Amino acid sequence: MVDKMLIKDKEIVVPGDKIASGMGFLPGRGTFRKNSDILAEKLGILNVDGNVMKIVSLSGVYLPKVNDRVIAKVIDVLMSGWRFDLNSAYSAVLSMKEATSEFIQKGADLTKYFQINDIVVCKITNVTSQKLIDVTMSGPGLRKLRGGRLIKVNTNKVPRIIGKEGSMVSMIKNATGCNIIVGQNGLVWIDGEPDKEVITVKAVKMVESEAHTAGLTDKVAAFLEKETGVKTAKVNKK
Amino acid sequence: MTIKRIDKRKADEMRPMKAEVGVIPSADGSAVFQAGNTRAIVSVFGPHDLHPKFLQNPERGILRCHYNMMPFSGHGDRVRPGGSRRSKEISMLIEKSLISVLDLENFPNAVVDVFVELTETDAGTRCAGICAASMALADAGLKMKDLVSAMSMGYLDGEILVDINSDEDCDRGATDVPIAFIPSEDKLSLLQLDGDVSKEILLKLLEIGKQKCLEIDQVQRKALKNKFKERLK
Repeated sequence: MVDKMLIKDKEIVVPGDKIASGMGFLPGRGTFRKNSDILAEKLGILNVDGNVMKIVSLSGVYLPKVNDRVIAKVIDVLMSGWRFDLNSAYSAVLSMKEATSEFIQKGADLTKYFQINDIVVCKITNVTSQKLIDVTMSGPGLRKLRGGRLIKVNTNKVPRIIGKEGSMVSMIKNATGCNIIVGQNGLVWIDGEPDKEVITVKAVKMVESEAHTAGLTDKVAAFLEKETGVKTAKVNKK
Repeated sequence: MTIKRIDKRKADEMRPMKAEVGVIPSADGSAVFQAGNTRAIVSVFGPHDLHPKFLQNPERGILRCHYNMMPFSGHGDRVRPGGSRRSKEISMLIEKSLISVLDLENFPNAVVDVFVELTETDAGTRCAGICAASMALADAGLKMKDLVSAMSMGYLDGEILVDINSDEDCDRGATDVPIAFIPSEDKLSLLQLDGDVSKEILLKLLEIGKQKCLEIDQVQRKALKNKFKERLK
């Protein structure tokens, strides 16, 4: 049997679409083999990597992964820790040990450290098969967030918002002077001058909605220049 | 003998179909599917946490469908709002016809909610609901082995009718055979029969039904791709 590609690279595929036929191809993420065919099991963009077929998702809720830096909200205070909402199907637990280096007396009031509704940046340290999640607050940049505003974006567009080595997000930061933290779970925290915050929200939403267009960096740069009047020095790539 | 259909269709002609994806911005996935005067709008939320807790399944996520006809959607009387025996049954059957293509192993203890709202009805609502729901589930980024297409076959006065409307189904009492079809598996995930037919006729109905479902499948795929193609431009 002759190996044959049935759908071109970078095309949109829908679950059940026959991508390729022949045993010369291998199913990657988002695809599966049926007899000798490779079929799509997700909606997304086809990415052909040698003879491996992969699908880059365009939609879907956040599924927690180890080492992801996420923005979370305290939803409950437990006996010896806190429960966080991760903007996903599962909540996470922060234990006392991972919360602070201070010594916490037995029976101490834990709301001294985190109150319900507090927003924090934390890192996922463990995810079990049953999706029980542990997070930590010890690490560079992990802290409680005060002030600012929080917006939701599509989780699948987060890499684009961050850009190559953080190029996109630092460009927006430089232009608006806002502090931006992008969580892998699709929450973005923005803090700065109120009018600049509005511009930042617009810029982030623009990256989100046009994530797959070419020349997006230039477009966003032009937008920022128009809105802020500051000439955006392009973040130099190595 | 050829039967006269109220909308002047041929016996093997389907009603004009329309499909669109991403119609509800706040939902995780959404779609609308219209066949003639039957229109289903579906929104998908999740996977998210499931309450009450006793419904949770630690092995995989569950699918929960809610079928609802709007008060003004029917042909005659106002449909009484809220659940009924009928809506509960159809919710269950939509759920069962979709679960076989869905893979929710990655979401233990969680739930995917599917809300099927019928704004206009002219028979074949469960089928329109299934068509729209399978598009909305794909739009929500869930793992599926295929889309599901559904439609209602009919048998009236010795003739096989495709995609029957409420005139044929309710008023003239055609035998009604709703089916849902998974193309890549060549399997049915829903088969109901309301009326009398012989075995031979039933097999014939299913064969034609499968062919017609393939046409619906094409409409669904095109609609899903269209949503993102516009954005990619």
